[in-house]
Amino acid sequence: MKRITVLAFLLVSLSASAQTLRIGLAEDPDILDPTMARTFVGRIVFAGLCDKLFDLDEKLNIVPQLATSYQWSADNKSLEIKLRQGVTFHDGEKMDAAAVKYNLERHKNMKGSNRRGELAVVSSVDAVDPSTVRINLAAPFAPLLAALTDRSGMMLSPKAAEAAGEKFGAKPVCSGPFRFVERIAQDRIVVERFPGYWNKGQIHFERIVYQPIVDATVRLANLRSGQLDFIERVAPSDIPSLRSDSRFKVAKIVEIGYQGITINLAKSDLAQKNPLGRDPRVREAFELSLDRDAIVKVAMEGEAQPGNQWVAPSNQYYGKSAPMPKRNVERARQLLKEAGVPNPSFTLMTPTTSDAQRVAQVVQAMAKDAGFDIKIQSTEFATSLKLQDQGQFEAYVLAWSGRPDPDGNLHQFLSCKGPLNGSGYCKDDVEALINESRTTLDPARRAAAYDKIAQQVQKDRPVVYLYHRHWLWAHSAKLSGLRTVPDGMVRVQGLRMN
Amino acid sequence: MLRFLLQRLATIVPTLFFVSVLIFGLQQLLPGDPAIALAGEDRDPDTVRYLRAKFHLDEPLPVRYWYWASGVLRGDLGESVRIQKPVTELILEKLPVTLQLATMAMLIALAIGITAGIVSAVKKDTWWDYGANVFALWGLSTPNFWLGILLILFFAVELGWLPASGYVSPFEDLKANLAAMIMPAFVLGNAIAAVLMRHTRSAMLQVLSSDYVRTARAKGLNERVVVLKHALRNALIPIITLGALEFGTLLSGAVLTEQVFSIPGFGKLIVDAVFNRDYLVVQGVVLFTATVYITLNLLADLAYFLVNPRLRV
Repeated sequence: MKRITVLAFLLVSLSASAQTLRIGLAEDPDILDPTMARTFVGRIVFAGLCDKLFDLDEKLNIVPQLATSYQWSADNKSLEIKLRQGVTFHDGEKMDAAAVKYNLERHKNMKGSNRRGELAVVSSVDAVDPSTVRINLAAPFAPLLAALTDRSGMMLSPKAAEAAGEKFGAKPVCSGPFRFVERIAQDRIVVERFPGYWNKGQIHFERIVYQPIVDATVRLANLRSGQLDFIERVAPSDIPSLRSDSRFKVAKIVEIGYQGITINLAKSDLAQKNPLGRDPRVREAFELSLDRDAIVKVAMEGEAQPGNQWVAPSNQYYGKSAPMPKRNVERARQLLKEAGVPNPSFTLMTPTTSDAQRVAQVVQAMAKDAGFDIKIQSTEFATSLKLQDQGQFEAYVLAWSGRPDPDGNLHQFLSCKGPLNGSGYCKDDVEALINESRTTLDPARRAAAYDKIAQQVQKDRPVVYLYHRHWLWAHSAKLSGLRTVPDGMVRVQGLRMN
Repeated sequence: MLRFLLQRLATIVPTLFFVSVLIFGLQQLLPGDPAIALAGEDRDPDTVRYLRAKFHLDEPLPVRYWYWASGVLRGDLGESVRIQKPVTELILEKLPVTLQLATMAMLIALAIGITAGIVSAVKKDTWWDYGANVFALWGLSTPNFWLGILLILFFAVELGWLPASGYVSPFEDLKANLAAMIMPAFVLGNAIAAVLMRHTRSAMLQVLSSDYVRTARAKGLNERVVVLKHALRNALIPIITLGALEFGTLLSGAVLTEQVFSIPGFGKLIVDAVFNRDYLVVQGVVLFTATVYITLNLLADLAYFLVNPRLRV
């Protein structure tokens, strides 16, 4: 009898734990309000809490989520979206056109909103009927749909948002598969299954606990000891041992972002004082001195895809006319000789993250072969951003987490007034092409514009793109249904513990 | 008595004012623009402008200080920009966690340190003594984060006896709480145990060679009674003082341990706040800590006043 009781207890406790999915995050998310949120890791939690108008699939295609279909107007200046019917928010409120209108206006107009940039081109939103919403634009804007696959497309309960105002993030109410239960800062965020979810057949857990554990070794130890079922951002050096352990599985996705070196071309007077910023031949020599494959192998233990543009070579918008240059030290030396500076010296600023430091060291060693004398200046992240914004740098190792539409990796960085244009780069023809790529909806024409931009950018080199990291996930072998979408989000629909 | 109390209280006001200015000023010395750090990866210019205005970052320093100080006087330490939670609430949420960790660490340190110290003194120049000394040296020279990870790998990953990291409130599940806290408490207590062991050993050696111990032995008392009842009591006096001092160190030393074991305590709160430029949290936490220290100091002075009649004259 005793044995049976123990067995029954074990079974009950096992099934109870199987109903909770425990996810280890690499950082503590910021505000859980899609309008104000700023961090990558926060988006992983939103993937369980807040549904969006559209979603991305594994190939970065835009697929409906809260929307069912969409139609651009003939002049491409308005987007009509049909909404899924019968969807409710976690507080029981209806998710209809009026709610979408409220949300888009909140994202666009609320003080402190981080979504303003993505929705700047939206001039008005009409609730045509309860299941149709029309977004009117000041000008055609191709990246809009992609923005609606992220926080700009997340819908909050208007009633709850109105009541909570700026404090909404303390207790978010959305329409996703899980609803908010509690958050203990730096410890855990707990969400529970929302019984009224429109796609509830795809949800196989009762609860999800998101636990921020900053140290990658400790995160992995938690997975190994069975306290976590899934961890994001595994250290590349831990991958071989995980692969050889049948209790775990590893998933790998090429990110939509990039790692690159921004060069100060015109951000401040400092640019012209250094041959790197002054002379395109010196920049070409610098790039030719680098072996991207070796950088990936040494700095990232092979867990990245070498690249030379703002999107990975596998992306449909990769400019094929500007392929990745091979390392050529002889040619690099010759170029430096022609430029009259056989041994140029510059300072490479890098944030204190270990990835960035390793990249800087490998780059320093490689460029030395061509005659470059690089000094590495390790700078705390927030400080390095400020120095970049002030133009107080010569070259800067910086990663970007990426956006699904190529525009999100390009416009802010290389358009003349781009808020993240650290290089100070501004070329009329590139500017015109960037605008063309944003205002045309035809993928072929967009691709052609990106191809031309890539060719010019490869000559000017405001940014020397190096590689695209792999998002490395590890999880219990019993967990199935994981979808590897390049935006690095953990989609909970379809996830189950076998 | 009243005069003494008033005198001491009067000194607290300028001290706290000075501390608050210092905290505020030091925070301004941190490089980097808080608005840019807070605005996230996109650093949208509108957001940066909004954050600057919201936190008065575009106003002169004295004005900014006034905004903050007047809030503090009203009992409002502000709100974490990162997660929109009042700083006071965060402090009250995190403080008990660190206090528990420090208390457990101290108990472990006392248990190990005093026992090892006694054994080492009583068995002077034997293998027991050498062993205890090696332990002390090891404890002092082992970095917390290394020992922490090693313990996690052994007890959580290999043996599966303890959770690898995290925290459970004792009110939720006491057993789980103790299981989660034992490793970090050991790591934190380990170095203190080594210090306590060295001090206990020397104090015991001194006491054991004193006349009254010789007398006790001459009386034919059992050696156990001599050591534990007669010698240890006297030897413990400096150890208690040292232990109390080390407790303060434990509170600040918990930063690394909390980071390794992902324990949401005071140390982790302030470290994360510094890196995220969540400066109201940093200011609030430091001011709170300073106030606690000053208050404890005042209480110590009062206690001293009460036990020392000469001060009352």
